[in-house]
Amino acid sequence: MDEKTRQHLTEEQLIGLRYGEIGDAKQRAACEEHLAGCAACRSEYSALERVLAAVDAAPVPERDDFFGTRVWQRIRPQLAERRGWDWSAWLRPQRLAAVGGLAVLLIAAFYAGRITIAPHRNDPGVTPVADAGAVRERILLVAVGDHLDRSQMVLLELVNADERDTAGGGLDISGEQKRAEELEKSNRLYMQTAEHQGDAAVVSVLDDLERALLEIAHSPSKPTAAQLQAIQQRIAAKGLLLKVRVVNSEVRDRQKADALKSPRSGS
Amino acid sequence: MNWMDGADAAHVAQALAGDRDAFRVLVERHSRTLFRLAYRMTGNEQDAEEVVQDTFLRAYRRLDRFESRSNFGTWLYRIAVNCSLDLRRKRRPEMEHREPEDAEGSEVVAKIPSAGPAPDRLLLSAELGSHVQKAMQELSSMERAAFLLRHFEGLSIEEISQTLGLRTSATKNTVFRAVQKLRRTLEPFVKPTAASAAGGTQGTTSWMKKPDSI
Repeated sequence: MDEKTRQHLTEEQLIGLRYGEIGDAKQRAACEEHLAGCAACRSEYSALERVLAAVDAAPVPERDDFFGTRVWQRIRPQLAERRGWDWSAWLRPQRLAAVGGLAVLLIAAFYAGRITIAPHRNDPGVTPVADAGAVRERILLVAVGDHLDRSQMVLLELVNADERDTAGGGLDISGEQKRAEELEKSNRLYMQTAEHQGDAAVVSVLDDLERALLEIAHSPSKPTAAQLQAIQQRIAAKGLLLKVRVVNSEVRDRQKADALKSPRSGS
Repeated sequence: MNWMDGADAAHVAQALAGDRDAFRVLVERHSRTLFRLAYRMTGNEQDAEEVVQDTFLRAYRRLDRFESRSNFGTWLYRIAVNCSLDLRRKRRPEMEHREPEDAEGSEVVAKIPSAGPAPDRLLLSAELGSHVQKAMQELSSMERAAFLLRHFEGLSIEEISQTLGLRTSATKNTVFRAVQKLRRTLEPFVKPTAASAAGGTQGTTSWMKKPDSI
């Protein structure tokens, strides 16, 4: 088509193209096709890009790494004052659940600490002070392994539930829901710990797991066949069960490897 | 949701349980990003710092309204934008008397993108920066907020409309209007490089037709 006779893109269309806000895919394709073949519109598009590049390039004062700490120091007194009045907030279910989750983590860590350290207490060849980082990692591995085991059981029970049992409200998943709810709370804390440890694989699977646990916890306790199917499809579509198994297996392998690497385990 | 979102959600849960150190982590993690947004909104470092503080105070008080499946950073952006708008409303009388920086007589022509940080280019960049700053401040508060959230923070039109309390169509128009105003103001200061000029013709496009598809 002759460049002079065809209709050029409007400024709004060019802006829409730039920000991906230009109607449906067909309209977008048409605009892109025109742009590719029209030097005048390309020139206008370039002008727009240059302006936006100038906006991008405009200097913004940076704050140093301690800026967040300074902000915290300034706002902390005001936070304390407010929270002091809000005692009832501690009794809200959301907070109690989170406290419960933290307790789970601490108990798991305590338990893990016992099984990784206690057997060597009386070993005369053992250095009493263990490497703190290694111990923390072992604690995390044991706690996360246990958490994944329990999550896997909940997922398996739901995946294997027979939709024929749902007839007349015959399938009751309230037990699984309660476990899912508890697991979801502790899941966040494990995820945070894993993040601190820089364990991206564990963080990723815990992230997916959290969504599934949330969905299970908030489903009807007596699901219909369709609702059960939706839960099962959610688990299957994400490949979640497989991911949990794989990561759990890796976590267990790392536990074993850590135990072998430990100087005390060789004695 | 990426792993940082998950970590944020965990810290929010802990903060809700009364763990103020968990909230401290969130403050330390997001302050610098919020400062950049607040600076672009206010155009002033002191005001930007005030906005950052107000944002976290407001966020802390409303923490139980945060939905754990949302993105905490995006939630903070929304609060920060509203804090900026509030600050601007509060300061409006004095801002109306503030003279914009004089850019008259400037012959600055910057070539973007930059090929390197030569001293003369840095100087040009600084001058261009002042033009950008001025152009941003000439936008209305809503236009600036909508543009910043779309351009720098990558929020969808839907998310911006929720943040600003506008209809989706109005939000899109606001973003577009902001871009058009920026272009009108800044284009004289931004000339094409030889390479980019070679990619198109010197002809101009008529902007008179209204789009059918936007």
